[in-house]
Amino acid sequence: MQTYNLEADGLRGLNTALQAQNENVTEESWEVNNPKGSHAVAVGLNAPIKVTVNGSTGYYCAGMNQQAHVHVKGSVGPGVAENMMSGVVEVEGDASQYAGATGHGGLLNIKGNASSRCGISMKGIDIVVHGNIGHMCAFMGQSGNLVVLGDAGDALGDSCYEARFFVRGSVKSLGADCIEKEMRPEHIEILKDLLERAGADAKPEEFKRYGSARQLYNFDVDNAQAY
Amino acid sequence: MCGIVGLFLKDKSLEPQLGAMLTDMLITMTDRGPDSAGIAIYGSDADGNSKLTVQSDNADADFATLADDLSEAINTKVELRRNDTHAILEMPHDKLEEAREALATLRAGMRIMSAGDVIEIYKEVGLPKDVAARFDVSGMGGTHGIGHTRMATESAVTTEGAHPFSTGTDQCLVHNGSLSNHNSWRRKLKREGVRIESMNDTEVGAAYLTWKMQNGASLGEALENSIDDLDGFFNFVVGTKDGFGVVRDPIACKPAVMAETDQYVAFGSEYRALVNLPGIEDAKVWEPEPATVYFWNH
Repeated sequence: MQTYNLEADGLRGLNTALQAQNENVTEESWEVNNPKGSHAVAVGLNAPIKVTVNGSTGYYCAGMNQQAHVHVKGSVGPGVAENMMSGVVEVEGDASQYAGATGHGGLLNIKGNASSRCGISMKGIDIVVHGNIGHMCAFMGQSGNLVVLGDAGDALGDSCYEARFFVRGSVKSLGADCIEKEMRPEHIEILKDLLERAGADAKPEEFKRYGSARQLYNFDVDNAQAY
Repeated sequence: MCGIVGLFLKDKSLEPQLGAMLTDMLITMTDRGPDSAGIAIYGSDADGNSKLTVQSDNADADFATLADDLSEAINTKVELRRNDTHAILEMPHDKLEEAREALATLRAGMRIMSAGDVIEIYKEVGLPKDVAARFDVSGMGGTHGIGHTRMATESAVTTEGAHPFSTGTDQCLVHNGSLSNHNSWRRKLKREGVRIESMNDTEVGAAYLTWKMQNGASLGEALENSIDDLDGFFNFVVGTKDGFGVVRDPIACKPAVMAETDQYVAFGSEYRALVNLPGIEDAKVWEPEPATVYFWNH
C-alpha cells in the first residue's frame, strides 16, 4: 500500500501519482492522510485501484471517477463524484450540495446525509444515501437510481426524465412532473441489489418509488400561455 | 464568490486567542476572496466607555489632533488608539451619536466603520494575510468575531465596499452572495431614516436587519424576515453585542459549514477554514439548512 501525506506533499503530486495508474497499475491500494478539506482530491482516476482518504475533503472529491473505488472516511464538500462514469465512491460522513451531479455510471454510496441538488442531471449513476437529502435533488435526472433511506426535501425529481427515485422516509414535496409510481417486482429487484451493494440495512418493500409523469416531454398547447 | 469565517466562543479561556484563530481561518479563505478583507471583533468594553472605529486614507493628518478636536467638539474626554489606517475613539456611550455628527464636520473624508460598546471593525483592500497583518488581528482577544474575504460583484473594490458592514450599535453583518432588490430596499430604508453609506448590496442587508431590530424585532426575528424580504443569494453571518447568527437563503447555493463543541461555535464557507480549530475532529459538523435561522447568545 502507498501512503500519501496530502498536507506535506501537495494535491498536484497526489493526483499525478494516482492518475499515473490509469496507464499501468503498479499499486492497487492507496491511502491519503491529512486531506483537511482540500479540493479535488483523487480526481480523474481511471484504473481499478482503491483509494482511502482519512478525513474530510472539500469540493469535487473523486470527480470524473472511472473504475476506481474511492473511500472517504469523513465528510465531503460540494460536487463529490461529479460526472462519475464507473467505479465506487463511498462517503462515511455527509455530502454537501450536488453530490453525484451529472454522473453517468458507478455507485455513489453516502452513509450520512446529502444536502441540496444531490443527483442533479444524473445520467445513469446509482446513488444511495443512508440519511436524508435536501431540496431539488435529481433535478432533470435522466437515468440511474437515487435511493434514500431517510427523508427527501422539497421538489424531488423536478423536470425529471427516466431516472428512478426510491425513498423510504417522507418526501417534503415532489417537483414538477414527478409522481409516485407503482413498485413492481423489477423495481424491488433493482432496489434489493443496490441496498446490498451499499451495505444498507433496509428492505426494498419499505420504499416508495417516484419518477416522471412524462407530461413535460412534449409541448402541450394548453401550456401556450406560459411561454 | 467571497469567504466567510465566524467564531463564537463559549470557553472563556480561548478568548485571548480569538484573533489568532480568526486570522488563520480568514487566510484559508483567501482563494474565495482576494480583493479585500475585514474583521469584526467583539472585545472587552473599554472601562465603561463606548467605541467608534474610524478609518482614513490620510491617517497621519486626520488622526494627529483628532482626539483633542473631537473632545472639544463634544465637550467630553475622548481617547484615541490608532491602528494603522483605523483608530478607536473611546467615549461615554451617550456621546456616540454626537461624536458621529461632529466627525462629519471635523473630518469629512473619514469613514466610520462601527460604533458600540465592544465592537471594532477593521477592513481594507488587499489580500487577507496582509490586511490581518497590518492591523495585527492575531493579537486581539474577544468573545466572538466575524471575518470576510471579498471577491467583488455588486460594487467596486474599495475599503467602503469591504465587509463587515455595521449599520447599528454593536451590530455587524457579512455576506456571501448577491442581493438583487438592494436598490429598492436602500431607498425604502433611507426614507425610514436608516443610515446607509455605500452603494453596496450587503450594507442594505445589514441596514435591513438594523431597521427591523429598531422596530422591536429580535435578531432571530429580523433574520427570519430577511428570508421573505431580501431577494437574491445570501449566506449572512451576523454579530450583535452578545450574539452570533447565521441564515441562508432558501435556494442555498452558497456554501456553508458549521462546527460546534463545548468550547465554540464556528462558521466557515468551507470546511478548510475550520480544520485547525481545537477539537475539530470530535466537533459536531453540519451544513446549515436553507431558510433556517441559527442563533447563539452569551
